[in-house]
Amino acid sequence: MKEGHHHRKEKKFGMVIDLDKCTGCGACMVACMAENNVPFKQNETDKLDSITWMRVYKFDNGKKFPDTEVCFLPRPCMHCEGQSGHSGHSPCVSVCPATATDYDTDSGIVSQIYTRCFGCRYCMAACPYHARHFNWWDPVWPEGMEKALSPNVSPRMRGVVEKCSFCFHRYQLAMDEIYAKGHRDFDEKVPEYQTACTQACPTDAIVFGDLNNPNHEVNQIVKPDHNHRLTGKSGNPKVFRLLERLETNPKVYYLSSREWVRRAGDNYQGEETPENYKVKEVHH
Amino acid sequence: MDSVLFPKGVKRCSLPMFLLGLIPVVLVLLWGVYAMLLCWIKGLNQTNMNDSYGFALWIWADLAVIAIGGGAFFSGLLKYVFGKDELKNIINYAVLIGFICYSSALLILAIDVGQPLRSWFIFWHANVHSMLTEVAFCLSCYFAVLTIEYIPLILENRKLNEIPFIHNMSHNMHGAMAVFAATGAFLSCFHQGSLGGVPGVLYGRPYAYREAILVWPWTFFLYTWSAAACGPCFTILVTKMTEVITRKKLVKDKVIHLLAEISGWMILTYIIAKIIDTIYWAQVTAPLMGFHWTEFFDSARSSLTYHGQWILYLEIIGCGIIPALILITKKGRQNTGALWFAVAMATLGVCINRWTMVMQPMAMPVMTFDSWNLYLPSWQEWATTILPVAYGIILIAISYRYLPIFPQESELNPSD
Repeated sequence: MKEGHHHRKEKKFGMVIDLDKCTGCGACMVACMAENNVPFKQNETDKLDSITWMRVYKFDNGKKFPDTEVCFLPRPCMHCEGQSGHSGHSPCVSVCPATATDYDTDSGIVSQIYTRCFGCRYCMAACPYHARHFNWWDPVWPEGMEKALSPNVSPRMRGVVEKCSFCFHRYQLAMDEIYAKGHRDFDEKVPEYQTACTQACPTDAIVFGDLNNPNHEVNQIVKPDHNHRLTGKSGNPKVFRLLERLETNPKVYYLSSREWVRRAGDNYQGEETPENYKVKEVHH
Repeated sequence: MDSVLFPKGVKRCSLPMFLLGLIPVVLVLLWGVYAMLLCWIKGLNQTNMNDSYGFALWIWADLAVIAIGGGAFFSGLLKYVFGKDELKNIINYAVLIGFICYSSALLILAIDVGQPLRSWFIFWHANVHSMLTEVAFCLSCYFAVLTIEYIPLILENRKLNEIPFIHNMSHNMHGAMAVFAATGAFLSCFHQGSLGGVPGVLYGRPYAYREAILVWPWTFFLYTWSAAACGPCFTILVTKMTEVITRKKLVKDKVIHLLAEISGWMILTYIIAKIIDTIYWAQVTAPLMGFHWTEFFDSARSSLTYHGQWILYLEIIGCGIIPALILITKKGRQNTGALWFAVAMATLGVCINRWTMVMQPMAMPVMTFDSWNLYLPSWQEWATTILPVAYGIILIAISYRYLPIFPQESELNPSD
């Protein structure tokens, strides 16, 4: 794992997605694919082998009409901190045999090094969110479309794994700009780093920023509970993370005023609720 | 025609007959090689794997052949370290079977990875936290040990052995074999365990995840134990099959029964540990992750589905308790049919265990709005998985014909 640079404060970039605002329009998915040169096939009906860094899931409350309620849940990579907090014991990072995926303690972003990945897919087996995708084919774009590819993101070759990077190239561009202006870190004078999906969302359902910055909206919504044994656990009762009980410690949070939606974020037995479920006593 | 190459005092079929018999096997081998080339040239889109089933038939085949190849290290351990000298009469075959299993595993891995030419990155950019890194290092080292153990057998070929240098080299290698066997046992314990760690550390996959002792999940110890228990059963099974095919008694019953008895007690102790592990997993680990253990099985449609609970009962009762009880009793071991059944079921059991630990975690939904995934391998996956079987049959046939694999063969077949 990389050592943090001492001249900059450690950041923890994360996201809150307001599920009450998400209409399932898919703009985030399209923006993500265009921004990150995500390849696609002529026939994309089989979602099990198509690459969607950002995927919008749809589920309902299981009730019959007229009580049916639907929820759309956008799922990027969760950029998990893992069981030991900000040290990067993410489910995928800890298992990659060739260090082809890494946890950046400067930004909290889980990276994927395409030129080092040799395609064993152990990281995919480790990720319960299906956020990792394998390039089963070489990328082929319709004629002429390759001219519209982003020059800031390298296309991936057949046989390697890829996933959402929180538009890491935008972070790098922002840092370049900061240095060019003579600053050392993000502050009010430079444009903030944002992901493509955040900017594309027409309902402003996605808020992205530094979870460590108390002045940032993302921190104010999440209200990280620093006294909780789980790193990053939200202090906001309307905020939840997917599969919180597995202790993967994602940095993607969801917000909903609907109880059944919050309950759908994890698995509970019988009388258990998101507030009162049993927790592990020992960490490994 | 080639009789000068045969081991002393034994009879073999004519060369044309031998080659004729190999033709169907070679055809299967070529079919597998064709599929392998397709996967290398066109990529893994030739398979039916997908983003949910990133680990599939090949990873199962890897885990399974390494487990059943465990007869080599455990027989070596018993003979060279624990002094069970009787086993010298089956150790050559155990080594040969182990060599086939491990070389097959390496071949399958080479097909399974998306960028085979980068496989060396696992050593160059090694992540010491990854169980797969530990597997890669121990597997490669142990394969080298197996090769060293197999070489003296080749050098004992009648013609080669006439050359003084080769004769002396073979003799000296035999002398040092205890060191290699002990090294092999050590390495094998670690990589069998690491293979168990591969699913066991997946804390994002509740079916596979197990609590840890120090840095190793329970599955680390269960995998080593089960390979030591069931590996020798596969050695016995293949020996028995070879006896049927060659229509000869090749190893004395006393030797087989000794190995079978040790194996039986190993299976019994293993299956007790496995039952404890299963109960703890169902009652403690799974509930803490929000699951009832029955949710790990796809029983929504019927109890006999692809990923149904039946597989758990088959593994523990049919392929664990029953073969263990047969093998630990003298009557059971001495009954030929029961012995065949027990070693076959024990072999099947360890393969089922690896199957469930690979397939079930991939198939079951973890997110509440996700669904079960089904997967059926493509013909390319089947062909490349059967390829090592064909390769193994050919290597066994050639080794049996020209090398003194079975020291008791001439004594047991005086008419030769």
